[in-house]
Amino acid sequence: MAAPSLVASQPSSRTRVVLKPSLIAGIVIIGSLVVMALVPQWVAPYSPTNFDYQAVLQAPSMKHPFGTDNFGRDVLSRVIWGAQVDMQIALFTTLFPFVFGTLVGAMTGYYGRWLDAIFGRIVDIVVTFPFLVLVIAIVALLGPGLNNMFIAVSAVGWITYGRLVRGEILTQKKAEYALAGRVMGYTPSRIIFRHLLPNAITPAVVYWMTDMALGILLGSSLGYLGLGAQPPTAEWGVIIADGKNFMTTAWWISTFPGLAITVAGIGFSLLGDGLADLLRPKG
Amino acid sequence: MKPATTLLELRELRTVFHTSRGALTAVNGVNLSLQEGEVLGLVGESGSGKSVTLRSILRLVRPPGKVSGTVLWRGTNLLELPESRLRKVRGGEISMIFQEPMTALNPVLNIGEQITETLQEHTNLSRQARSARAVELLELVGIPSPKERLKDFPHQFSGGMRQRAMIAIALASNPKLLLADEPTTALDVTIQDQILKLLLRLKDTLGMGMILVTHDLGVVAQTCDRVAVMYAGRIVEVAPASELFAQPRHAYTLGLLNSVPGAQATRRPLIPIPGAPPNLAKLPPGCPFAPRCNYVTIACKLEQPALQAISSTRLTACIHFDKLEPVNAQPPLEVQP
Repeated sequence: MAAPSLVASQPSSRTRVVLKPSLIAGIVIIGSLVVMALVPQWVAPYSPTNFDYQAVLQAPSMKHPFGTDNFGRDVLSRVIWGAQVDMQIALFTTLFPFVFGTLVGAMTGYYGRWLDAIFGRIVDIVVTFPFLVLVIAIVALLGPGLNNMFIAVSAVGWITYGRLVRGEILTQKKAEYALAGRVMGYTPSRIIFRHLLPNAITPAVVYWMTDMALGILLGSSLGYLGLGAQPPTAEWGVIIADGKNFMTTAWWISTFPGLAITVAGIGFSLLGDGLADLLRPKG
Repeated sequence: MKPATTLLELRELRTVFHTSRGALTAVNGVNLSLQEGEVLGLVGESGSGKSVTLRSILRLVRPPGKVSGTVLWRGTNLLELPESRLRKVRGGEISMIFQEPMTALNPVLNIGEQITETLQEHTNLSRQARSARAVELLELVGIPSPKERLKDFPHQFSGGMRQRAMIAIALASNPKLLLADEPTTALDVTIQDQILKLLLRLKDTLGMGMILVTHDLGVVAQTCDRVAVMYAGRIVEVAPASELFAQPRHAYTLGLLNSVPGAQATRRPLIPIPGAPPNLAKLPPGCPFAPRCNYVTIACKLEQPALQAISSTRLTACIHFDKLEPVNAQPPLEVQP
């Protein structure tokens, strides 16, 4: 047979995964936010809801690094507990859209025809409304609160994933390996889920990360408007809203949760970017 | 030798693509049959309908393409088979390999997974038996240290190796017929030769029939028992390979043979076929090759000549089949000293 020395097994390239600094930074940021979300009672110095009328509207100090609010609550502790709510928001505003949108996109992309036509019309309808307006309208209909917000965002958000995955599946199904799958007598579900989707899902996963940042922004915006999480829940948007009356005298109340949103956004973006690099098919 | 039984028979196979610019007839009433263990070459220019014919057999033509006629596979018409039963035939009884081994393998699954997947779909083998069979198959197609290579991904394989892996996948469930769509076109010449020899060896050991689509007449001469020449979606000549190369009986086949360099000692000028293949949306009324033909007469342009038997083994659709010159009728090139 052919010279075996030329094809002797090389060290598998899969074992040499090089993490870029930006991805590491993203992992560190999101990792610490997840820790805060899971065990805030171990991280936060104070309770997020305890009033302390001896220490109202105190500027940042060694005792209260982020200062205190008008009820004497420690802003640092509230921001840390807020991570719990906001990470939930990040997950639950995006999980259903990711899963459902991916499924719908895969089906419409693969089968096309009337299924695709129906999907196309739904997309047309949804994209004519600004995202936030549509979400607010649905929340107004269902009533304010976190759960209703999740429902509203999920009802609209899956469209983006559907479009992303549909486009990818359309390209992938023209690849010869997809034809090869049909030639080998595979069922459509095997071709879609085992062959096409792993090759098509990368953009959706990357967008998912960005979408989590957008989800936090949206959740905080709705919290600020009083449509999302309700006071006294420590949620970043709610804390910002709490501090808005004291902007000129106690800037720290609104500023630190705002910074937390920014940092979370950067973290998810870095993570998404890094994943995009990592998941890009090799060879 | 036992009497040959017919494995596959195409009757009036017709594949039409309904496009916005009108109906394109890519395959236009093809009649062909294949015996058990036979290698049939399907040759022609690009766009002559070779690949579409192959794909029509397994109903792989996507809308707006429409296949009609009869594809008789061991007595059943594949064109009327429900999708679920067709899936058992695809990959189980009839397999196919492609031109581009680079893209025909899934980049995110390793080679082992791609072989065992076929076995999972078409056999009742246990998990261990499947991976054992996968090793066996890689060994069969000549991949060194097969056990280790199972874990490798397609991008870790060279082009020739990928085609071998593709063949291993196609052969996993012992098909009775292998459709090979230009299996060696994307490979360099030495690898081409290895792959063709491999295919012929496997055909003998596994007792498969094979349809080999190619535009490379050298490949045909090396591998095929019988050759069918296609032009503009029609079969224009069928003959045993040796007879075809000795004396073509269709003006188009003659043109093809004169347009490629032979391996003879004397060098001769290559004669290209003038013009381009006809537009499939509006074919001329007579012989589709007439506008490019050196032997054309008024009779050629009046009526489409039918494929007719001129001996017990040969068919041609050329009305001037007996007037054709021998191949390489031109004087040899004068080699400058």
